[in-house]
Amino acid sequence: MAAPVQEALANTHVEKKKKPPKRYWEETKNEDDKNTDKDVKDKNSEGEAPQEVSDKKDDERRKKRKRRIDGKFISGKKDPFPGEAPIPQEQLKKFQRGKKFQKLNRARKKAKEIITQSEAASALAQKEAARYDLLLPEEAGFLEGEEGEDTCTVSQEDIAEAVDITSGAKYFNLHLTQFGPYRLDYSRTGRHLLLGGRRGHVSCIEWQTKNLMCEMNVMETVQDIKWLHTEAMFAVAQKKWLYIYDSKGIELHCIKKFNDVLRMQFLPYHFLLATASATGFLQYLDVSVGKEVAAICTKSGRLDVMAQNPYNAIIHLGHPNGTVSLWSPNQKEPLVKMLCHRGAVRSLTVDKTGTYMVTSGLDRKLKVYDIRAFKPLHKYFLPAGASCLSLSQKGLLSAATGDVVQVYRDVWGGGPISKPYMAHRVRGSVWGVGFCPFEDVLGIGHGEGFTSMIVPGAGEPNFDALDVNPYRSLKQRQEWEVKALLEKVQPELIGLDPGLLGKVDQATFEQKHKERVEALGYDPLANEKFKPRFKKRGKSAAGAVEKRKKKVAHEDQRDVIRKTVEERMEREKERKESAKQQAEQGRKTALDRFKK
Amino acid sequence: MDSSQRKRGKMAAVLVDEDEEELSPDEENIISASEDEEDSDDDRKHTKLLEAISSLGGKRKRMQAERSEASLQISEFSVNADGAGEKVELSDLLGSVEKTPGAPNKTKKQLKNLQNSKETLELPLSRQQTEKIQRSVAYERSSKEVSRWESVITQNQKAEQIIFPLKQETAGPKRVEQVVAGWKAQTPLEQQIFSLLHSNHQPITDPVLTPMEEASIRAMSLEEAKIRRAELQKARALQSYYEAKARREKKIKSKKYHKVQKKAKRKEFLKQFDEMMKTDPAAALEELKKMELSRMEERMSLKHQNSGKWAKTKAIMAKYDDSARKAMQQQLELNKELTQKLIVPSDDDDEGNGDDEASALPDFVNEPESADGSVNPWMRGKLSSEGREVTADPDTTTTEEPASSQRREEEQDQEEEEEENEEEQLLRHFETKRKLRQDEEDDLVPVAQEKEDGAQEDARETARDVQEEEEEEEEEDEEEEEQEEVVSEFNALFNRLMKRTRTPTEPPPPGKASRPQEAELAHEEEGLLDEGLVRARTMEDLEALVHDGTVEETAVSVSHAASVDTASEPHSKKKKKEIDPSEVLTKDANVIKVPLAPTLVEGDEGEEEEGPSAQMSIIKEAFAGDDVISDFLKDKKKQEEAGQPKVVDLTLPGWGEWGGVGLKPSRYKRRKFRLKPPPAAPRKDQKLPAVIISEKRNSSIALHQVSQLPFPFQDSTQFETCIRSPVGQTWNTQNTVKKLTAPKVVTKLGSIIEPLKKEDLLPEEKSAGALKKRPQIVLEEKGGNAGKRGGGARRAQQQKRKKKK
Repeated sequence: MAAPVQEALANTHVEKKKKPPKRYWEETKNEDDKNTDKDVKDKNSEGEAPQEVSDKKDDERRKKRKRRIDGKFISGKKDPFPGEAPIPQEQLKKFQRGKKFQKLNRARKKAKEIITQSEAASALAQKEAARYDLLLPEEAGFLEGEEGEDTCTVSQEDIAEAVDITSGAKYFNLHLTQFGPYRLDYSRTGRHLLLGGRRGHVSCIEWQTKNLMCEMNVMETVQDIKWLHTEAMFAVAQKKWLYIYDSKGIELHCIKKFNDVLRMQFLPYHFLLATASATGFLQYLDVSVGKEVAAICTKSGRLDVMAQNPYNAIIHLGHPNGTVSLWSPNQKEPLVKMLCHRGAVRSLTVDKTGTYMVTSGLDRKLKVYDIRAFKPLHKYFLPAGASCLSLSQKGLLSAATGDVVQVYRDVWGGGPISKPYMAHRVRGSVWGVGFCPFEDVLGIGHGEGFTSMIVPGAGEPNFDALDVNPYRSLKQRQEWEVKALLEKVQPELIGLDPGLLGKVDQATFEQKHKERVEALGYDPLANEKFKPRFKKRGKSAAGAVEKRKKKVAHEDQRDVIRKTVEERMEREKERKESAKQQAEQGRKTALDRFKK
Repeated sequence: MDSSQRKRGKMAAVLVDEDEEELSPDEENIISASEDEEDSDDDRKHTKLLEAISSLGGKRKRMQAERSEASLQISEFSVNADGAGEKVELSDLLGSVEKTPGAPNKTKKQLKNLQNSKETLELPLSRQQTEKIQRSVAYERSSKEVSRWESVITQNQKAEQIIFPLKQETAGPKRVEQVVAGWKAQTPLEQQIFSLLHSNHQPITDPVLTPMEEASIRAMSLEEAKIRRAELQKARALQSYYEAKARREKKIKSKKYHKVQKKAKRKEFLKQFDEMMKTDPAAALEELKKMELSRMEERMSLKHQNSGKWAKTKAIMAKYDDSARKAMQQQLELNKELTQKLIVPSDDDDEGNGDDEASALPDFVNEPESADGSVNPWMRGKLSSEGREVTADPDTTTTEEPASSQRREEEQDQEEEEEENEEEQLLRHFETKRKLRQDEEDDLVPVAQEKEDGAQEDARETARDVQEEEEEEEEEDEEEEEQEEVVSEFNALFNRLMKRTRTPTEPPPPGKASRPQEAELAHEEEGLLDEGLVRARTMEDLEALVHDGTVEETAVSVSHAASVDTASEPHSKKKKKEIDPSEVLTKDANVIKVPLAPTLVEGDEGEEEEGPSAQMSIIKEAFAGDDVISDFLKDKKKQEEAGQPKVVDLTLPGWGEWGGVGLKPSRYKRRKFRLKPPPAAPRKDQKLPAVIISEKRNSSIALHQVSQLPFPFQDSTQFETCIRSPVGQTWNTQNTVKKLTAPKVVTKLGSIIEPLKKEDLLPEEKSAGALKKRPQIVLEEKGGNAGKRGGGARRAQQQKRKKKK
């Protein structure tokens, strides 16, 4: 319609010298083809979106489309890359959520419409997300040795010398010989470090600036320390109770319900602090409301091996009998119990995607499990055994064997590994290891203090500033906190499959009824409500029916009253009797003993 | 005055004349009396009188005739019937029409027809009916009126977003031609050009087509539309005819008719085929192929087999009815014919394969049909199948002897054919024994039985074993199924056993040693059978030993014995179920070389409290592995058992039989009143030996889940796919979130939202139609190639039309 004219006009304006002005009667083949193309496209568009669109919008769109199809701009040049920029399949796959619905033909007409709409929406979301993936430009790199050189022989000093100053400064040692060995925890943003010495020394450090936020001695054994949702608060598991301090070292709470805690995990999206105690209790504390959500007696002794699955917020516990059990706050028994080692489990960790679990045991073995299928993938024998395990965001595994910390690459990706990616010797036995989020740094707490070790390729190079922003300001942090609290996931939703919420509950009526009875404490359907039968000759008139109902209700009430009265009488009788007996007893004299 | 009086007098005279004929004489007097009076209301009085008289007679008709109505007084045609004293004929009225030249011929014809027709006109419809018709017509009309809105409404309902007010003024830049419309040629050159264009009917502003072109196009399109419509009409009419015919023919119930029809069709087809063979061999070949295909389908399907309803009824009838038998025979033949495998000329390899196949099958499949089978052809295959069951049972007790089997396999091939017959006989023999045994089950007299032929006795005993096993091990029904699977295996085994007896080199089996060897082959064979079943005998003994206990105990013991026995047998189902501790936690571990050997050992510093003994304890713990595994397996077993549904025993001792101390309810009764619940669903950790997965339902999440499928969805997958992708900002880009969460209705602030108008409706449709049409026309008219194509198409259509004419 209007399109050819536009074309002609545009041409007259710009290409005066090159071509004679185009006229409508100059019918060229080219234009025709365009027209046909356009027609086809028009039809397609009509088929795609049968919507009411205002005239203007339609027009504009057509123009745009035309330009795209022709591959020509006003200048007459051809677009060398016509159409939308293609998105690589892997990227699309990365953002795929569930499978497309296949059997559309069987659906009801109305359902079909809804399904197609939602299908289109999810396709759009996927495409957009894949397109925006471009905005994550950073890539993780790795240490590469020269020919014949083992990367694990490269010393930290060499690395620190080779890299830039800021990166080089990330390798440092803290000599804290008095109160060791140390456990450590990085905050979620990776800016703050919390150190807890076994002999009571607790300190928080902004480790990149080496700014000490607070330091104190709690004058008690410190079993474990953990940051809460922000760097303003942290929890310390001390000898007897669980304490919560703020970043200035002021004691906020002493939670006496949580005693003898050995290990802690914080579930950031649920605001839950999970603690495992020496008495065998697994407890959940909701830090947003300060309430204990669940206390589960695991009945498996001292719990000093604990990890969380970041994918589904399931807590993994390792036991001395070689089993690893998986727990949610909603179930009093383990969701899964798997036998992993012949000896006791020493340490375990789960990767970020919730796919793999790595365990080490007293049998000196290191095992990699596919935690979705509960099947072992690889088994390794470490001559010294691994005491502490930790996985980085990019899937590097650090294992502490005595005073040596080893880092492994591709633990589950390729074939079995034969040697570590990096290794570092520290002074004193290792007590805790942890990768710093968003940094290529591994923190090691040991007997002689703390060592920050550079591990190239450990941290996630791209961060989601809406979720965790390492560079956030105070204001941003506050805003984030509010939003996070609003988006808090309820503990009831924790389960092995986090997608369960999006599924239809297939339980049978009986099952549901059973649950209801359990929840209510009585059976609501036990005695049916009285339903008056229909009777002829006006006996089922409203008044009559009401009368009958009342009769039945009265009868029931009478029963209740009769029962209570009987009970009362009984009690009265008993009381009287007992009083009588007492009176009799009161009357007893010393000589009564000779009565019989 | 005079004239009026005269008139009146005349009328009176007329009346008198009439009355004189009818009235009685006494009335005459009255009239005459009245005549005397010369008053003006004489006549009226007279008529009143007449009325009064007539009313006395009770004649109603008269009264009706007297009724005064406008139409009666002033006739339409100004012709009064009573003027001439006779009826008005239609011809009188129409006579003039014939003569008048102005009247159209058509009406004349119609009138003529009307005159000739003797039929009476139909009664006009009753009020109710007319109203009904009117109502229906009105309903139709109004529903049509209303349904015009339907499309708009559904569209609006479907639309993801509606922006109100619906008609918005297009703001922003306008199209050039809209702007230019008001422009006029001013300079003389321009005027000249435009006049030239005008004179040639060329477009001035925008339209690409000249008015002439457009006109022609419109004309063409109309014509085409007409043609198309005609075609459609014709097609529809033809279809309806065809449908009606088919419906009518379908209703015909006569079998003979259908038979004839079918026959005729077949004949015709054959004729056609023959012709085709001559004229068009390729087509004939294709037809043949089709037939072949249908035959193949037949082969694949279960038609013409004994599975149909008809066949089943016939099978029942066949015993008594000769014709039914015949029909069935026919059917069977047809089946045979259809399912016959075509012999394809093949290489030697294929034949070899065929042989292999044959050997893979159980032997009785290839068995010749027994002669003494029942008349019923459906029953023929039965014996072998029953025999299979019987043979399957001893399999539980027989054991493989691999060493001897290997040797005999070469001989087997040669002797197979001979044995088949014997085997069948043997099986039959076996079955009869079994039946006998069943009859005599209640009163067991083993001593008497033993006096009989040794072979027979043994066979019976084995049968009894089988029977008892069946009874005792109710839960082990699955085993039988398993046995059926290994029927072929068993067959081979059986053959081997047979062979062993024949080979003289073989030392006598232990079971056989107890009884004297018989020379006869058949007997020998039976003896062999016993040999295979000796083990069962021993098992029975075992049972007998523990028989004092409860049934459950015996069952356990049997299973125990079985497990003991099956220690040598690799394929036992129970064994598979159990987890082999050696399977758990055994996988080669890769040793990792560590460049830096640890200088510190954990126990020294890490766990100071424990001291030097820590190392020892660690080692101990590390090597306590087996214990750990068995503990875990125990735990798992316990969980599994807890999850299994329990058997409810509802037997009441003493009901229907004697009860008391030491008396147990009969086996039959116990079996009858034991409610076996359906087996629990397979556990999730069924195939994971080292994992226990809790089967408890997570009811806490159920509160938040959707428990009932929302309306338009039919199954949960539909709904789940609809909600599978998240909407929130955490997972989506800003744009997507905006789009996904866009409001369904957007209203412009301050604007009035008016209801849909008729004016909005119609032109919209028209314009939409125009939009759709126009590009096509442009394509056809303007384009070089495309235009030609379009023209060509049209020409072809025209040609077609001509042909049709």
